[in-house]
Amino acid sequence: MSTAQNYEENPELVARFPEIHPPLDQVSAVTEANRCLYCFDAPCMAACPTHIDVPRFIKKIAQGNLRGSALTILDANILGASCARVCPVDVLCEGACVFHRYNKQPIEIGRLQRHAMDAFWRDGAELERKAAAERPGRVACIGAGPASLSFGAEMRMQGFRVTVFEQKPLPGGLNTYGVAEYKLRSSDSLREIELVRSLGVEFRFGKDVTSEAALTQLEKDWDFIFLGIGLGRMRELEIPGGKHPGVVDALKFIEDYKTGGLLKIGRHVVVVGAGNTAIDAARAAMRLGAESVRMLYRRGESSMSAFSFEYEQAKREGVVFHWWTQPVGIAAAANSSKLEAIDCVRTELDSNGGLRPNAESRFAIPCDMVIPAIGQLPLMEFLGRCRGVQVDGGCVIVDRATGQTSNPKYFAGGDCVNGGREVVDAVADGKRTALAVAELLEKLHG
Amino acid sequence: MAEKNFTPDLSVMFAGNIYSPNPFWLASAPPTNCGEQVMRAFDAGWGGAVWKTLGDPIVNVSSRYSSIDWNGQRMMGLNNIELITDRPLEVNLHEISEVKKRYPKHAVIASLMVESKREAWHKIVRQTEDAGADGLELNFGCPHGMSERGMGSAVGQVPEYTEMITAWVKEKARTPVLVKLTPNISDIRVVARAAKRGGADGLSAINTINSITGIDLDTFVPRPNVDGKSSHGGYCGPAVKPIALNMVQQVQGDAEASLPLSGIGGISDWRDAVEFLLLGCSNVQVCTAVMHYGYRIVEDMADGLTNWMREKGFGKIADFQGKSLRNVQEWKHLNLNYKIVARIHEEKCIGCELCYTACWDGAHQCIHLDRAGSNDGKHMTPATHEAISKQSIATTPIPKLDHARAVNGSEPYATPLARIPRVDEDECVGCNLCSLVCPVEGCITMEQVETHLAAQSWAQRMGDASNPARKRD
Repeated sequence: MSTAQNYEENPELVARFPEIHPPLDQVSAVTEANRCLYCFDAPCMAACPTHIDVPRFIKKIAQGNLRGSALTILDANILGASCARVCPVDVLCEGACVFHRYNKQPIEIGRLQRHAMDAFWRDGAELERKAAAERPGRVACIGAGPASLSFGAEMRMQGFRVTVFEQKPLPGGLNTYGVAEYKLRSSDSLREIELVRSLGVEFRFGKDVTSEAALTQLEKDWDFIFLGIGLGRMRELEIPGGKHPGVVDALKFIEDYKTGGLLKIGRHVVVVGAGNTAIDAARAAMRLGAESVRMLYRRGESSMSAFSFEYEQAKREGVVFHWWTQPVGIAAAANSSKLEAIDCVRTELDSNGGLRPNAESRFAIPCDMVIPAIGQLPLMEFLGRCRGVQVDGGCVIVDRATGQTSNPKYFAGGDCVNGGREVVDAVADGKRTALAVAELLEKLHG
Repeated sequence: MAEKNFTPDLSVMFAGNIYSPNPFWLASAPPTNCGEQVMRAFDAGWGGAVWKTLGDPIVNVSSRYSSIDWNGQRMMGLNNIELITDRPLEVNLHEISEVKKRYPKHAVIASLMVESKREAWHKIVRQTEDAGADGLELNFGCPHGMSERGMGSAVGQVPEYTEMITAWVKEKARTPVLVKLTPNISDIRVVARAAKRGGADGLSAINTINSITGIDLDTFVPRPNVDGKSSHGGYCGPAVKPIALNMVQQVQGDAEASLPLSGIGGISDWRDAVEFLLLGCSNVQVCTAVMHYGYRIVEDMADGLTNWMREKGFGKIADFQGKSLRNVQEWKHLNLNYKIVARIHEEKCIGCELCYTACWDGAHQCIHLDRAGSNDGKHMTPATHEAISKQSIATTPIPKLDHARAVNGSEPYATPLARIPRVDEDECVGCNLCSLVCPVEGCITMEQVETHLAAQSWAQRMGDASNPARKRD
């Protein structure tokens, strides 16, 4: 069974979402690779959560050893292909490049990584197994997102059995459902997961293992359980009209256009929030044909949580930003599925630095679609059922080096631990945890 | 302070009476294949041209060239298996006459190669001088193809042949005779001396170096590929410059060999040219750089040389010609008590740590990464540093989640202190390697350390009688 059997790529989607970072051609890749200084103990490598040996894979590109380059990447990061596309390299490897302190032009590490990975796929995507021998010991993963994929792949490399339980029909978590299509296509995510499956990771889709009874059974049947559950649903706009059908949260919106066939949207779209997901939604709305896309944020530009390069790109694409603006209500005609406007007030800082809405400044922004992107909620209800797993501020508490939770049977990684970072952080968590679990299994089974 | 407001004179009178408006000549090679090319070259600014070697027309193969690329740069070295001119002698002679008529102030030198018979040499000398050539260059250097027929380097590798044929040419020649030397010999001075004994008025050095540039890893055929086979060729281009400079110095540093010398070998710009002139050449010949970029490169060669001469206060080439010769000595005369050490200028360091790995693996283990940590006298190995990095836990910085994380504002330099290497000056042997690998201009300097010891060479220490300093005693 293919992991991608439930997905068919829509050609119109592909046409509307051309890649923002086109691939390097062979000559450009070699030229760029040759610029790399080949730093010792390179800062780019240290900055990468998965510690990909960046200078090594880049030199291999320069020397025409593309397979070796790709395997160097995959050795550290099994999702090296999607990370090459989705990583915020400006604040990771490329941000750490020593050239920032010299000629100011960091090596294009992300695009070079993609170059090596593209060649890997072109040549048949054959992975080398580190250990062919099967070893006793089996582990269950809950959730088929990047953390579990990385964890599962490494466990298979080590020779242990892994089964991944996923309630959605497709694997990949946000990699498949939630990353802006112009950065990473769902089809590319699924192709990469096929690689993980080829290592022998077993997937069970549509299976709900979140009930107390199911968890008890898992604890009984499996040596260890890895929680790669990510975060839960998005926060809702708690204002009058916030549940109107014309209000669609950003993750639902992104999932709908990526895998649900949604290609028609409102003419005037308002996105609430100023994080990276908000920007993903706004830029997608532009591509889906919205005439205007506005982003509302209750604080100023300097407080936005989106990466600055995302902000710059969004502005360039025509997204309009409204700072110090807080929505207070959704206006819609009675019994109509159509939105008319979003009512807002101006905000300002009080003397204590707190935010104070100015009730007299009320104004309306006409729109026919509102996309709130104000953060995801942790899966508190489910985590409550994982006996003995402690949670702090919505994040599962783990030992950072091993990923072990306060219940030694449970391990965890990715967004449910770090509160919502990047794919590469989840991959790093998964791999680090797998190495620790492998050691425990070795002790357990001898 | 020298007066900077003058125009240096670039003209050169070579080997007695070959005048050219500047020291930049085209070497005998494809760029001087025909009159039309040579005239365009003169229009571009070249001062002279050594015509593609004349002789009995030959038949060439295809392909003919192969090259060495290095780190993304093309043609760091070029290899060829092309022979001498494939055009009839009378056509070449006619074009030489035409060029000289139109460009009387430019140097046109005829490169010659015929079978080793006195009459054959006498005949071609007369023909080319009648055509108007300003001088003759005897091609005793071509290392491929022609040497199999007893010509080219087959002559230049045997001092007796070199002397004999030079003497034959001198019996007839009215213009200066240059002998072009092959580098494919254990001591180039031996042949240079033979040429001088034979009466040569000047020398050209070096010709190309025997080479196989590389092998196609799919077909297993070395390049250049001629129907599935290859043959060794002659190597030239930037890669050979250091070899050429050494040979030029050897010849010009030897009283029995030294003659007016036309320097050849990897010269690509004005700085390369100045280096050859500083080692005693009177002018330089260029080929590969022109084959790569065209005749136009001469503009900056002349411009750069002019600016440099003005900067240094040199009014003419002779003012600095050979100036570096006395600075090349035998190793045994170098001062053993001179000590330099590496200094890392922290404010320029970008933290690549290339000096660190080079010193540990390629030199003397005296650069350390211990500025930020405690130094307990034991140095961590490179492998330990790498292992620590790989064990570290890094996360993507997310402002919203990382608000508590303080930014370390106490770093004194742009580069984190932990990444700026430190030189142990007591251990440093002053080898230069770190400063050579450092990608940042001026970041690692080699600085003299006072040893309070009088200068002493190996020769002095061993009491070598051949030491000139002792002889004076």
